[in-house]
Amino acid sequence: MESILEFIYVHREMIFIVILSIFLGVEVISNVPSVLHTPLMSGANAIHGVVIIGAIIVMGHAGTTLSLVFGFLAVVLGTLNVVGGFVVTDRMLGMFKKKQK
Amino acid sequence: MSELIKFREIIEFTLGDSVLEITYIISSILFIIGLKMLSRPDTARRGNIWAAVGMALAIVSTIIFHQQDGEPIGNVGLILAAIAIGTLIGTLIARRVQMTAMPQLVSFFNGMGGAAAALISLMEFPHISQELITRHGMLNGQVLVILLALMIGSVSFSGSMIAFGKLDGRIGDIRSGALRVVNIILLVLLVGFIVYIMSLGQVNPHEVAYLTYILLAVSLIYGISFVMPIGGADMPVVISLLNSFTGVAAAMGGFLYDNQVMLTGGILVGSAGTILTILMCKAMNRSLTNVIIGAFGGAPAGAVGPGGHIKEISISDAAVLLNYSPRVLIIPGYGLAVAQAQMLCHELDKMLERNGVDVKYAIHPVAGRMPGHMNVLLAEADIPYDKLLESEEANEQMEDVDVAVIIGANDVVNPAAEEDPSSPIAGMPILQVYNAKNVIVMKRGMGKGYAGIENNLFFEDNTSMLFGNAKDSLQQIINEIKNM
Repeated sequence: MESILEFIYVHREMIFIVILSIFLGVEVISNVPSVLHTPLMSGANAIHGVVIIGAIIVMGHAGTTLSLVFGFLAVVLGTLNVVGGFVVTDRMLGMFKKKQK
Repeated sequence: MSELIKFREIIEFTLGDSVLEITYIISSILFIIGLKMLSRPDTARRGNIWAAVGMALAIVSTIIFHQQDGEPIGNVGLILAAIAIGTLIGTLIARRVQMTAMPQLVSFFNGMGGAAAALISLMEFPHISQELITRHGMLNGQVLVILLALMIGSVSFSGSMIAFGKLDGRIGDIRSGALRVVNIILLVLLVGFIVYIMSLGQVNPHEVAYLTYILLAVSLIYGISFVMPIGGADMPVVISLLNSFTGVAAAMGGFLYDNQVMLTGGILVGSAGTILTILMCKAMNRSLTNVIIGAFGGAPAGAVGPGGHIKEISISDAAVLLNYSPRVLIIPGYGLAVAQAQMLCHELDKMLERNGVDVKYAIHPVAGRMPGHMNVLLAEADIPYDKLLESEEANEQMEDVDVAVIIGANDVVNPAAEEDPSSPIAGMPILQVYNAKNVIVMKRGMGKGYAGIENNLFFEDNTSMLFGNAKDSLQQIINEIKNM
Protein backbone atom coordinates (compact mmCIF):
# COMPACT_ATOMS: atom_id res chain seq x y z
CA MET A 1 0.00 0.00 0.00
CA GLU A 2 2.69 2.41 1.11
CA SER A 3 4.80 1.67 -1.93
CA ILE A 4 1.86 2.21 -4.26
CA LEU A 5 1.05 5.57 -2.69
CA GLU A 6 4.70 6.44 -2.99
CA PHE A 7 4.76 5.43 -6.64
CA ILE A 8 1.74 7.62 -7.31
CA TYR A 9 3.27 10.62 -5.54
CA VAL A 10 6.64 10.30 -7.23
CA HIS A 11 5.04 9.85 -10.63
CA ARG A 12 2.16 12.29 -10.15
CA GLU A 13 3.11 14.37 -13.18
CA MET A 14 3.24 11.33 -15.41
CA ILE A 15 -0.14 10.19 -14.13
CA PHE A 16 -1.52 13.59 -15.10
CA ILE A 17 -0.04 13.15 -18.55
CA VAL A 18 -1.63 9.72 -18.82
CA ILE A 19 -5.08 10.96 -17.88
CA LEU A 20 -4.94 14.02 -20.12
CA SER A 21 -3.55 11.92 -23.00
CA ILE A 22 -6.44 9.48 -22.69
CA PHE A 23 -8.94 12.28 -23.15
CA LEU A 24 -6.85 13.80 -25.91
CA GLY A 25 -6.69 10.50 -27.79
CA VAL A 26 -10.45 10.12 -27.61
CA GLU A 27 -11.01 13.73 -28.66
CA VAL A 28 -8.60 13.58 -31.60
CA ILE A 29 -10.11 10.41 -33.02
CA SER A 30 -13.81 10.71 -32.38
CA ASN A 31 -14.81 12.56 -35.56
CA VAL A 32 -12.93 10.44 -38.05
CA PRO A 33 -14.90 9.39 -41.14
CA SER A 34 -15.02 5.63 -41.69
CA VAL A 35 -13.02 6.05 -44.92
CA LEU A 36 -10.01 6.84 -42.82
CA HIS A 37 -10.32 4.08 -40.23
CA THR A 38 -7.75 1.82 -41.83
CA PRO A 39 -5.09 4.49 -42.49
CA LEU A 40 -5.66 5.93 -39.04
CA MET A 41 -5.21 2.57 -37.38
CA SER A 42 -2.07 2.01 -39.39
CA GLY A 43 -0.72 5.48 -38.50
CA ALA A 44 -1.47 4.96 -34.80
CA ASN A 45 0.22 1.59 -35.11
CA ALA A 46 3.38 3.33 -36.30
CA ILE A 47 3.25 5.82 -33.43
CA HIS A 48 3.33 3.16 -30.73
CA GLY A 49 6.63 2.19 -32.28
CA VAL A 50 8.04 4.72 -29.77
CA VAL A 51 8.98 1.62 -27.80
CA ILE A 52 12.05 1.80 -29.96
CA ILE A 53 13.30 4.58 -27.66
CA GLY A 54 13.27 2.10 -24.79
CA ALA A 55 15.04 -0.45 -26.97
CA ILE A 56 17.74 2.08 -27.83
CA ILE A 57 18.21 2.88 -24.14
CA VAL A 58 18.54 -0.84 -23.28
CA MET A 59 21.04 -1.37 -26.05
CA GLY A 60 22.95 1.83 -25.33
CA HIS A 61 23.56 0.77 -21.75
CA ALA A 62 23.81 -2.96 -22.26
CA GLY A 63 26.16 -4.57 -19.74
CA THR A 64 26.01 -8.17 -20.88
CA THR A 65 26.10 -9.87 -24.25
CA LEU A 66 22.61 -11.20 -23.64
CA SER A 67 21.16 -7.74 -23.13
CA LEU A 68 23.08 -6.50 -26.15
CA VAL A 69 21.61 -9.27 -28.32
CA PHE A 70 18.09 -8.79 -27.01
CA GLY A 71 18.48 -5.01 -27.28
CA PHE A 72 19.62 -5.38 -30.88
CA LEU A 73 16.61 -7.55 -31.63
CA ALA A 74 14.30 -5.07 -29.90
CA VAL A 75 15.69 -2.16 -31.93
CA VAL A 76 15.25 -4.09 -35.19
CA LEU A 77 11.65 -5.02 -34.30
CA GLY A 78 10.86 -1.50 -33.09
CA THR A 79 12.22 -0.02 -36.32
CA LEU A 80 10.12 -2.47 -38.32
CA ASN A 81 7.07 -1.23 -36.44
CA VAL A 82 7.91 2.44 -36.97
CA VAL A 83 9.18 2.44 -40.54
CA GLY A 84 6.82 -0.21 -41.86
CA GLY A 85 3.89 1.51 -40.22
CA PHE A 86 4.60 4.97 -41.60
CA VAL A 87 5.50 3.75 -45.09
CA VAL A 88 2.38 1.64 -45.42
CA THR A 89 0.16 4.46 -44.14
CA ASP A 90 1.74 6.81 -46.65
CA ARG A 91 1.14 4.31 -49.42
CA MET A 92 -2.52 3.98 -48.53
CA LEU A 93 -3.06 7.72 -48.28
CA GLY A 94 -1.13 8.32 -51.48
CA MET A 95 -3.82 6.45 -53.36
CA PHE A 96 -6.54 8.59 -51.88
CA LYS A 97 -4.72 11.69 -53.01
CA LYS A 98 -4.24 10.56 -56.57
CA LYS A 99 -7.87 10.37 -57.47
CA GLN A 100 -9.00 13.46 -55.60
CA LYS A 101 -7.48 15.73 -58.23
CA MET B 1 -0.72 8.57 6.69
CA SER B 2 1.06 11.54 8.27
CA GLU B 3 4.37 9.75 8.66
CA LEU B 4 7.02 11.62 6.71
CA ILE B 5 8.51 9.69 3.84
CA LYS B 6 11.92 11.01 2.91
CA PHE B 7 12.79 10.60 -0.66
CA ARG B 8 16.06 12.06 -1.73
CA GLU B 9 15.91 13.46 -5.17
CA ILE B 10 18.98 15.22 -6.43
CA ILE B 11 18.32 17.03 -9.64
CA GLU B 12 21.39 17.00 -11.80
CA PHE B 13 21.32 17.36 -15.51
CA THR B 14 23.37 18.47 -18.45
CA LEU B 15 22.24 20.89 -21.13
CA GLY B 16 22.05 17.84 -23.37
CA ASP B 17 19.33 16.45 -21.09
CA SER B 18 17.49 19.70 -21.47
CA VAL B 19 17.73 19.57 -25.27
CA LEU B 20 16.53 15.96 -25.12
CA GLU B 21 13.43 16.93 -23.15
CA ILE B 22 12.71 19.80 -25.55
CA THR B 23 12.84 17.47 -28.54
CA TYR B 24 10.58 15.03 -26.67
CA ILE B 25 8.05 17.82 -26.19
CA ILE B 26 8.24 18.69 -29.88
CA SER B 27 7.88 15.01 -30.82
CA SER B 28 4.82 14.64 -28.60
CA ILE B 29 3.23 17.69 -30.18
CA LEU B 30 3.97 16.29 -33.64
CA PHE B 31 2.33 12.97 -32.67
CA ILE B 32 -0.81 14.76 -31.52
CA ILE B 33 -0.97 17.02 -34.57
CA GLY B 34 -0.21 14.04 -36.78
CA LEU B 35 -3.08 11.99 -35.36
CA LYS B 36 -5.40 14.98 -35.61
CA MET B 37 -4.49 15.51 -39.27
CA LEU B 38 -4.77 11.78 -39.95
CA SER B 39 -8.44 11.92 -39.07
CA ARG B 40 -9.27 14.36 -41.89
CA PRO B 41 -9.14 13.25 -45.53
CA ASP B 42 -7.48 16.38 -46.92
CA THR B 43 -4.67 16.50 -44.37
CA ALA B 44 -4.20 12.81 -43.64
CA ARG B 45 -1.07 12.26 -45.67
CA ARG B 46 0.73 15.26 -44.23
CA GLY B 47 -0.35 14.18 -40.76
CA ASN B 48 1.34 10.84 -41.22
CA ILE B 49 4.52 12.57 -42.35
CA TRP B 50 4.49 14.94 -39.36
CA ALA B 51 4.14 12.01 -36.99
CA ALA B 52 7.04 10.29 -38.74
CA VAL B 53 9.15 13.45 -38.37
CA GLY B 54 8.32 13.49 -34.66
CA MET B 55 9.44 9.89 -34.37
CA ALA B 56 12.71 10.50 -36.22
CA LEU B 57 13.42 13.50 -34.01
CA ALA B 58 12.84 11.48 -30.84
CA ILE B 59 15.05 8.62 -32.03
CA VAL B 60 17.95 10.80 -33.19
CA SER B 61 18.00 12.94 -30.09
CA THR B 62 17.79 9.88 -27.82
CA ILE B 63 20.89 8.46 -29.48
CA ILE B 64 22.77 11.77 -29.21
CA PHE B 65 21.68 13.14 -25.85
CA HIS B 66 20.35 10.33 -23.67
CA GLN B 67 22.30 9.64 -20.49
CA GLN B 68 21.88 7.13 -17.74
CA ASP B 69 23.87 7.78 -14.56
CA GLY B 70 26.10 10.11 -16.53
CA GLU B 71 26.82 7.51 -19.19
CA PRO B 72 25.93 8.41 -22.77
CA ILE B 73 24.42 5.88 -25.16
CA GLY B 74 27.00 3.27 -26.13
CA ASN B 75 27.08 0.72 -28.95
CA VAL B 76 26.01 3.49 -31.33
CA GLY B 77 27.37 1.63 -34.33
CA LEU B 78 25.33 -1.45 -33.53
CA ILE B 79 22.22 0.62 -32.80
CA LEU B 80 22.51 2.32 -36.17
CA ALA B 81 23.04 -1.08 -37.81
CA ALA B 82 19.90 -2.43 -36.13
CA ILE B 83 17.92 0.61 -37.26
CA ALA B 84 19.26 0.20 -40.79
CA ILE B 85 18.22 -3.47 -40.89
CA GLY B 86 14.76 -2.66 -39.54
CA THR B 87 14.31 0.21 -41.99
CA LEU B 88 15.35 -1.89 -44.95
CA ILE B 89 13.10 -4.84 -44.13
CA GLY B 90 10.21 -2.60 -43.05
CA THR B 91 10.30 -0.52 -46.22
CA LEU B 92 10.58 -3.57 -48.44
CA ILE B 93 7.62 -5.33 -46.84
CA ALA B 94 5.50 -2.18 -46.69
CA ARG B 95 6.13 -1.34 -50.36
CA ARG B 96 5.71 -4.82 -51.78
CA VAL B 97 2.61 -6.06 -50.03
CA GLN B 98 -0.68 -6.13 -51.94
CA MET B 99 -3.29 -3.66 -50.78
CA THR B 100 -5.69 -6.52 -50.09
CA ALA B 101 -3.22 -7.81 -47.52
CA MET B 102 -3.29 -4.50 -45.65
CA PRO B 103 -4.95 -5.68 -42.43
CA GLN B 104 -2.53 -8.53 -41.84
CA LEU B 105 0.38 -6.19 -42.47
CA VAL B 106 -0.84 -3.76 -39.82
CA SER B 107 -1.19 -6.75 -37.52
CA PHE B 108 2.34 -7.90 -38.29
CA PHE B 109 3.91 -4.51 -37.56
CA ASN B 110 1.83 -4.25 -34.40
CA GLY B 111 3.22 -7.58 -33.24
CA MET B 112 6.77 -6.31 -33.78
CA GLY B 113 6.11 -3.38 -31.44
CA GLY B 114 4.68 -5.72 -28.82
CA ALA B 115 7.70 -8.00 -29.05
CA ALA B 116 10.06 -5.03 -28.65
CA ALA B 117 8.20 -3.96 -25.50
CA ALA B 118 8.41 -7.48 -24.08
CA LEU B 119 12.14 -7.73 -24.80
CA ILE B 120 12.81 -4.42 -23.08
CA SER B 121 11.00 -5.63 -19.96
CA LEU B 122 12.96 -8.87 -19.91
CA MET B 123 16.20 -6.91 -20.00
CA GLU B 124 15.17 -4.31 -17.43
CA PHE B 125 13.86 -6.71 -14.80
CA PRO B 126 17.30 -7.62 -13.37
CA HIS B 127 18.14 -3.90 -13.11
CA ILE B 128 15.33 -2.92 -10.77
CA SER B 129 16.51 -0.23 -8.41
CA GLN B 130 18.24 -1.82 -5.41
CA GLU B 131 17.08 1.05 -3.25
CA LEU B 132 13.43 0.35 -4.04
CA ILE B 133 13.85 -3.33 -3.20
CA THR B 134 15.48 -2.64 0.18
CA ARG B 135 12.61 -0.36 1.12
CA HIS B 136 9.62 -2.18 -0.30
CA GLY B 137 10.76 -5.56 -1.55
CA MET B 138 9.36 -6.51 -4.92
CA LEU B 139 6.10 -4.74 -4.19
CA ASN B 140 6.94 -1.52 -6.00
CA GLY B 141 5.85 0.46 -9.02
CA GLN B 142 8.87 -0.39 -11.10
CA VAL B 143 8.28 -4.13 -10.85
CA LEU B 144 4.59 -3.65 -11.66
CA VAL B 145 5.35 -1.54 -14.72
CA ILE B 146 7.94 -4.00 -16.03
CA LEU B 147 5.72 -7.06 -15.53
CA LEU B 148 2.70 -5.37 -17.09
CA ALA B 149 4.71 -4.28 -20.13
CA LEU B 150 6.07 -7.82 -20.43
CA MET B 151 2.62 -9.39 -20.23
CA ILE B 152 0.79 -6.93 -22.49
CA GLY B 153 3.64 -6.80 -25.00
CA SER B 154 3.85 -10.59 -25.35
CA VAL B 155 0.07 -11.05 -25.56
CA SER B 156 0.03 -8.38 -28.25
CA PHE B 157 2.86 -10.09 -30.11
CA SER B 158 1.54 -13.64 -30.18
CA GLY B 159 -2.06 -12.44 -30.65
CA SER B 160 -1.05 -10.28 -33.60
CA MET B 161 0.83 -13.14 -35.19
CA ILE B 162 -2.25 -15.38 -34.93
CA ALA B 163 -4.43 -12.59 -36.35
CA PHE B 164 -1.90 -12.21 -39.16
CA GLY B 165 -2.01 -15.94 -39.86
CA LYS B 166 -5.79 -16.01 -39.86
CA LEU B 167 -6.20 -13.09 -42.23
CA ASP B 168 -3.56 -14.57 -44.46
CA GLY B 169 -5.51 -17.82 -44.50
CA ARG B 170 -2.71 -19.80 -42.90
CA ILE B 171 -4.54 -20.50 -39.66
CA GLY B 172 -8.12 -21.65 -39.29
CA ASP B 173 -10.52 -20.94 -36.46
CA ILE B 174 -10.76 -23.17 -33.45
CA ARG B 175 -14.16 -22.55 -32.03
CA SER B 176 -14.58 -24.55 -28.90
CA GLY B 177 -16.16 -23.69 -25.61
CA ALA B 178 -13.22 -25.37 -23.87
CA LEU B 179 -10.85 -22.72 -25.16
CA ARG B 180 -12.99 -20.07 -23.50
CA VAL B 181 -12.50 -21.79 -20.15
CA VAL B 182 -8.77 -22.17 -20.84
CA ASN B 183 -8.61 -18.43 -21.56
CA ILE B 184 -10.16 -17.50 -18.26
CA ILE B 185 -7.83 -19.88 -16.41
CA LEU B 186 -4.78 -18.46 -18.21
CA LEU B 187 -5.78 -14.88 -17.43
CA VAL B 188 -6.25 -15.69 -13.75
CA LEU B 189 -2.92 -17.50 -13.81
CA LEU B 190 -1.16 -14.49 -15.35
CA VAL B 191 -2.55 -12.01 -12.84
CA GLY B 192 -1.83 -14.43 -10.01
CA PHE B 193 1.73 -14.91 -11.19
CA ILE B 194 2.35 -11.16 -11.29
CA VAL B 195 0.97 -10.85 -7.77
CA TYR B 196 3.23 -13.74 -6.71
CA ILE B 197 6.38 -12.14 -8.16
CA MET B 198 5.52 -8.86 -6.46
CA SER B 199 5.02 -10.56 -3.13
CA LEU B 200 8.47 -12.15 -3.07
CA GLY B 201 9.83 -9.50 -0.72
CA GLN B 202 13.52 -8.65 -0.62
CA VAL B 203 15.11 -10.77 -3.27
CA ASN B 204 17.85 -10.21 -5.74
CA PRO B 205 16.07 -9.63 -9.05
CA HIS B 206 18.90 -11.42 -10.87
CA GLU B 207 18.09 -14.62 -9.05
CA VAL B 208 14.37 -14.55 -9.82
CA ALA B 209 14.80 -13.36 -13.40
CA TYR B 210 13.82 -16.84 -14.60
CA LEU B 211 10.29 -16.08 -13.36
CA THR B 212 9.95 -13.39 -16.02
CA TYR B 213 10.69 -16.00 -18.68
CA ILE B 214 7.86 -18.13 -17.31
CA LEU B 215 5.60 -15.07 -17.38
CA LEU B 216 6.69 -14.49 -20.98
CA ALA B 217 5.83 -18.06 -21.97
CA VAL B 218 2.40 -18.02 -20.33
CA SER B 219 1.61 -14.61 -21.84
CA LEU B 220 2.55 -15.83 -25.30
CA ILE B 221 0.25 -18.84 -24.88
CA TYR B 222 -2.53 -16.59 -23.64
CA GLY B 223 -2.16 -14.32 -26.69
CA ILE B 224 -2.58 -17.34 -28.96
CA SER B 225 -5.58 -18.81 -27.18
CA PHE B 226 -7.15 -15.35 -26.86
CA VAL B 227 -7.26 -14.79 -30.62
CA MET B 228 -7.68 -18.41 -31.72
CA PRO B 229 -11.45 -18.77 -31.13
CA ILE B 230 -12.33 -15.38 -32.63
CA GLY B 231 -13.72 -15.59 -36.15
CA GLY B 232 -11.88 -14.18 -39.14
CA ALA B 233 -14.53 -11.52 -39.71
CA ASP B 234 -13.79 -10.05 -36.31
CA MET B 235 -10.03 -9.87 -36.83
CA PRO B 236 -10.01 -6.09 -37.56
CA VAL B 237 -11.58 -5.46 -34.17
CA VAL B 238 -9.00 -7.73 -32.56
CA ILE B 239 -6.12 -6.04 -34.38
CA SER B 240 -7.38 -2.65 -33.33
CA LEU B 241 -7.62 -3.90 -29.75
CA LEU B 242 -4.12 -5.40 -29.83
CA ASN B 243 -2.93 -2.14 -31.37
CA SER B 244 -4.10 -0.26 -28.30
CA PHE B 245 -2.54 -2.98 -26.09
CA THR B 246 0.85 -2.32 -27.64
CA GLY B 247 0.28 1.38 -27.05
CA VAL B 248 -0.24 0.69 -23.35
CA ALA B 249 2.88 -1.53 -23.27
CA ALA B 250 4.90 1.34 -24.81
CA ALA B 251 3.48 3.71 -22.20
CA MET B 252 4.64 1.35 -19.43
CA GLY B 253 8.13 1.81 -20.88
CA GLY B 254 7.55 5.53 -20.47
CA PHE B 255 6.96 5.05 -16.75
CA LEU B 256 10.01 2.84 -16.49
CA TYR B 257 12.41 5.30 -18.07
CA ASP B 258 10.64 8.48 -16.95
CA ASN B 259 10.34 9.09 -20.64
CA GLN B 260 7.50 11.42 -21.57
CA VAL B 261 7.54 10.85 -25.31
CA MET B 262 7.05 7.10 -24.84
CA LEU B 263 4.30 7.87 -22.39
CA THR B 264 2.36 10.31 -24.58
CA GLY B 265 2.86 8.28 -27.75
CA GLY B 266 1.83 5.05 -26.06
CA ILE B 267 -1.20 6.39 -24.22
CA LEU B 268 -2.43 8.33 -27.27
CA VAL B 269 -2.44 5.14 -29.29
CA GLY B 270 -3.90 3.22 -26.36
CA SER B 271 -6.90 5.52 -26.05
CA ALA B 272 -7.33 6.29 -29.75
CA GLY B 273 -7.05 2.57 -30.49
CA THR B 274 -9.71 1.75 -27.94
CA ILE B 275 -12.09 4.32 -29.42
CA LEU B 276 -11.40 3.00 -32.90
CA THR B 277 -12.13 -0.53 -31.67
CA ILE B 278 -15.45 0.64 -30.26
CA LEU B 279 -16.29 2.48 -33.49
CA MET B 280 -15.63 -0.71 -35.45
CA CYS B 281 -17.85 -2.72 -33.12
CA LYS B 282 -20.55 -0.09 -33.49
CA ALA B 283 -20.44 -0.40 -37.27
CA MET B 284 -21.28 -4.07 -36.81
CA ASN B 285 -23.73 -3.26 -34.02
CA ARG B 286 -22.01 -5.59 -31.60
CA SER B 287 -20.38 -5.16 -28.26
CA LEU B 288 -16.72 -5.78 -27.65
CA THR B 289 -17.46 -8.59 -25.20
CA ASN B 290 -19.63 -10.17 -27.84
CA VAL B 291 -16.72 -10.14 -30.27
CA ILE B 292 -14.24 -11.54 -27.77
CA ILE B 293 -16.48 -14.20 -26.25
CA GLY B 294 -17.70 -14.84 -29.78
CA ALA B 295 -21.35 -15.37 -30.65
CA PHE B 296 -20.62 -15.85 -34.34
CA GLY B 297 -20.82 -19.44 -35.41
CA GLY B 298 -21.24 -20.52 -31.81
CA ALA B 299 -24.46 -22.34 -32.58
CA PRO B 300 -25.21 -22.87 -36.25
CA ALA B 301 -28.56 -21.17 -36.73
CA GLY B 302 -30.46 -23.99 -38.34
CA ALA B 303 -33.81 -22.70 -37.16
CA VAL B 304 -34.39 -20.43 -40.13
CA GLY B 305 -34.82 -22.62 -43.14
CA PRO B 306 -34.12 -20.79 -46.36
CA GLY B 307 -37.22 -20.61 -48.49
CA GLY B 308 -37.80 -20.72 -52.20
CA HIS B 309 -35.41 -21.47 -54.97
CA ILE B 310 -32.65 -19.47 -56.51
CA LYS B 311 -32.65 -17.99 -59.99
CA GLU B 312 -29.54 -17.84 -62.11
CA ILE B 313 -28.78 -15.24 -64.74
CA SER B 314 -26.58 -15.70 -67.79
CA ILE B 315 -23.67 -13.42 -68.65
CA SER B 316 -25.45 -11.97 -71.68
CA ASP B 317 -28.67 -11.32 -69.78
CA ALA B 318 -26.68 -9.60 -67.08
CA ALA B 319 -24.88 -7.48 -69.67
CA VAL B 320 -28.16 -6.43 -71.30
CA LEU B 321 -29.76 -5.66 -67.96
CA LEU B 322 -26.82 -3.51 -66.90
CA ASN B 323 -26.41 -1.70 -70.19
CA TYR B 324 -30.06 -0.66 -70.48
CA SER B 325 -30.68 0.39 -66.90
CA PRO B 326 -30.55 4.07 -66.02
CA ARG B 327 -29.14 3.55 -62.54
CA VAL B 328 -26.73 0.88 -61.38
CA LEU B 329 -25.39 0.53 -57.86
CA ILE B 330 -22.36 -1.65 -57.22
CA ILE B 331 -21.92 -3.18 -53.77
CA PRO B 332 -18.37 -4.41 -53.48
CA GLY B 333 -17.29 -6.85 -50.80
CA TYR B 334 -14.12 -8.64 -49.89
CA GLY B 335 -14.76 -11.20 -52.64
CA LEU B 336 -14.09 -8.43 -55.16
CA ALA B 337 -10.77 -7.68 -53.56
CA VAL B 338 -9.78 -11.33 -53.29
CA ALA B 339 -10.50 -11.82 -56.98
CA GLN B 340 -8.40 -8.71 -57.69
CA ALA B 341 -11.30 -7.42 -59.75
CA GLN B 342 -11.28 -3.74 -58.72
CA MET B 343 -9.73 -2.62 -62.02
CA LEU B 344 -12.23 -4.59 -64.09
CA CYS B 345 -15.01 -3.19 -61.99
CA HIS B 346 -13.83 0.31 -62.83
CA GLU B 347 -13.59 -0.62 -66.49
CA LEU B 348 -17.18 -1.85 -66.52
CA ASP B 349 -18.19 1.30 -64.69
CA LYS B 350 -16.54 3.55 -67.30
CA MET B 351 -18.06 1.60 -70.16
CA LEU B 352 -21.55 1.81 -68.67
CA GLU B 353 -21.13 5.53 -68.00
CA ARG B 354 -20.24 6.04 -71.66
CA ASN B 355 -23.49 4.33 -72.55
CA GLY B 356 -25.40 6.72 -70.33
CA VAL B 357 -25.80 4.56 -67.24
CA ASP B 358 -25.42 6.23 -63.87
CA VAL B 359 -23.04 4.06 -61.82
CA LYS B 360 -22.42 4.48 -58.09
CA TYR B 361 -20.84 2.37 -55.38
CA ALA B 362 -22.30 1.68 -51.96
CA ILE B 363 -19.70 1.08 -49.30
CA HIS B 364 -20.78 -0.63 -46.13
CA PRO B 365 -18.67 0.43 -43.12
CA VAL B 366 -17.37 -3.11 -42.61
CA ALA B 367 -16.98 -4.03 -46.27
CA GLY B 368 -13.56 -5.53 -46.83
CA ARG B 369 -11.60 -6.75 -43.89
CA MET B 370 -11.41 -3.48 -42.00
CA PRO B 371 -13.50 -0.35 -41.82
CA GLY B 372 -12.37 1.86 -44.67
CA HIS B 373 -10.49 -1.01 -46.28
CA MET B 374 -12.81 -1.08 -49.31
CA ASN B 375 -12.28 2.64 -49.87
CA VAL B 376 -8.54 2.05 -49.99
CA LEU B 377 -8.98 -0.81 -52.45
CA LEU B 378 -11.28 1.17 -54.74
CA ALA B 379 -8.96 4.16 -54.53
CA GLU B 380 -6.21 1.87 -55.76
CA ALA B 381 -8.32 1.21 -58.87
CA ASP B 382 -8.69 4.98 -59.47
CA ILE B 383 -12.42 5.00 -58.81
CA PRO B 384 -13.39 8.62 -58.09
CA TYR B 385 -14.31 9.61 -54.57
CA ASP B 386 -17.68 11.14 -55.43
CA LYS B 387 -18.95 7.81 -56.77
CA LEU B 388 -18.71 6.18 -53.37
CA LEU B 389 -21.85 6.36 -51.27
CA GLU B 390 -21.97 5.63 -47.57
CA SER B 391 -24.57 3.17 -46.30
CA GLU B 392 -27.26 5.66 -45.26
CA GLU B 393 -27.00 7.68 -48.44
CA ALA B 394 -27.20 4.51 -50.52
CA ASN B 395 -30.22 3.20 -48.63
CA GLU B 396 -32.12 6.44 -49.20
CA GLN B 397 -31.66 6.12 -52.95
CA MET B 398 -32.13 2.36 -53.10
CA GLU B 399 -35.70 2.42 -54.40
CA ASP B 400 -34.59 4.34 -57.51
CA VAL B 401 -31.83 1.86 -58.27
CA ASP B 402 -32.59 -0.31 -61.29
CA VAL B 403 -29.86 -2.88 -60.77
CA ALA B 404 -27.89 -3.49 -57.61
CA VAL B 405 -24.81 -5.55 -58.38
CA ILE B 406 -23.36 -7.32 -55.38
CA ILE B 407 -19.81 -8.41 -55.98
CA GLY B 408 -18.39 -10.73 -53.37
CA ALA B 409 -20.39 -9.29 -50.46
CA ASN B 410 -22.77 -11.31 -48.35
CA ASP B 411 -23.39 -10.48 -44.71
CA VAL B 412 -23.63 -6.72 -45.30
CA VAL B 413 -26.69 -7.24 -47.53
CA ASN B 414 -28.33 -9.99 -45.49
CA PRO B 415 -31.90 -8.97 -44.55
CA ALA B 416 -31.72 -11.39 -41.61
CA ALA B 417 -29.99 -8.57 -39.74
CA GLU B 418 -33.30 -6.70 -39.79
CA GLU B 419 -35.84 -9.50 -39.82
CA ASP B 420 -34.55 -12.27 -37.61
CA PRO B 421 -33.77 -11.20 -34.04
CA SER B 422 -32.11 -14.56 -33.32
CA SER B 423 -29.62 -14.14 -36.15
CA PRO B 424 -25.99 -13.63 -35.11
CA ILE B 425 -25.90 -10.44 -37.16
CA ALA B 426 -29.24 -9.17 -35.84
CA GLY B 427 -29.26 -5.40 -35.61
CA MET B 428 -26.24 -4.84 -37.82
CA PRO B 429 -26.99 -1.96 -40.20
CA ILE B 430 -27.14 -3.39 -43.71
CA LEU B 431 -27.43 -2.12 -47.25
CA GLN B 432 -31.12 -2.56 -48.09
CA VAL B 433 -30.60 -3.90 -51.59
CA TYR B 434 -33.92 -5.76 -51.40
CA ASN B 435 -35.48 -2.35 -52.16
CA ALA B 436 -33.73 -2.16 -55.53
CA LYS B 437 -35.71 -3.16 -58.61
CA ASN B 438 -33.28 -5.89 -59.63
CA VAL B 439 -30.42 -7.51 -57.80
CA ILE B 440 -27.53 -9.40 -59.36
CA VAL B 441 -25.36 -11.33 -56.94
CA MET B 442 -21.92 -12.30 -58.19
CA LYS B 443 -20.63 -15.12 -56.06
CA ARG B 444 -18.40 -18.11 -56.41
CA GLY B 445 -20.99 -20.51 -55.06
CA MET B 446 -23.75 -20.83 -52.52
CA GLY B 447 -21.21 -20.62 -49.70
CA LYS B 448 -22.06 -18.65 -46.62
CA GLY B 449 -20.52 -15.35 -45.62
CA TYR B 450 -18.10 -14.85 -42.78
CA ALA B 451 -20.87 -14.88 -40.24
CA GLY B 452 -21.68 -18.42 -41.41
CA ILE B 453 -25.38 -17.86 -41.98
CA GLU B 454 -27.81 -18.29 -44.83
CA ASN B 455 -28.78 -15.20 -46.83
CA ASN B 456 -32.47 -15.02 -47.75
CA LEU B 457 -31.80 -12.23 -50.20
CA PHE B 458 -30.62 -14.87 -52.65
CA PHE B 459 -34.09 -16.40 -52.71
CA GLU B 460 -35.96 -13.15 -53.41
CA ASP B 461 -37.91 -12.88 -56.67
CA ASN B 462 -35.95 -9.91 -57.95
CA THR B 463 -32.59 -11.51 -57.18
CA SER B 464 -30.55 -13.35 -59.80
CA MET B 465 -27.35 -15.20 -59.08
CA LEU B 466 -24.31 -15.06 -61.31
CA PHE B 467 -21.97 -17.80 -60.13
CA GLY B 468 -18.27 -17.75 -60.83
CA ASN B 469 -15.09 -15.89 -60.02
CA ALA B 470 -15.85 -12.14 -59.94
CA LYS B 471 -12.94 -11.35 -62.21
CA ASP B 472 -14.01 -13.79 -64.92
CA SER B 473 -17.66 -12.77 -64.72
CA LEU B 474 -16.83 -9.08 -64.97
CA GLN B 475 -14.50 -9.69 -67.90
CA GLN B 476 -17.19 -11.65 -69.73
CA ILE B 477 -19.80 -8.98 -69.10
CA ILE B 478 -17.42 -6.31 -70.39
CA ASN B 479 -16.77 -8.33 -73.56
CA GLU B 480 -20.49 -8.86 -74.00
CA ILE B 481 -21.26 -5.14 -73.71
CA LYS B 482 -18.44 -4.33 -76.13
CA ASN B 483 -20.04 -6.57 -78.73
CA MET B 484 -23.48 -5.10 -78.32
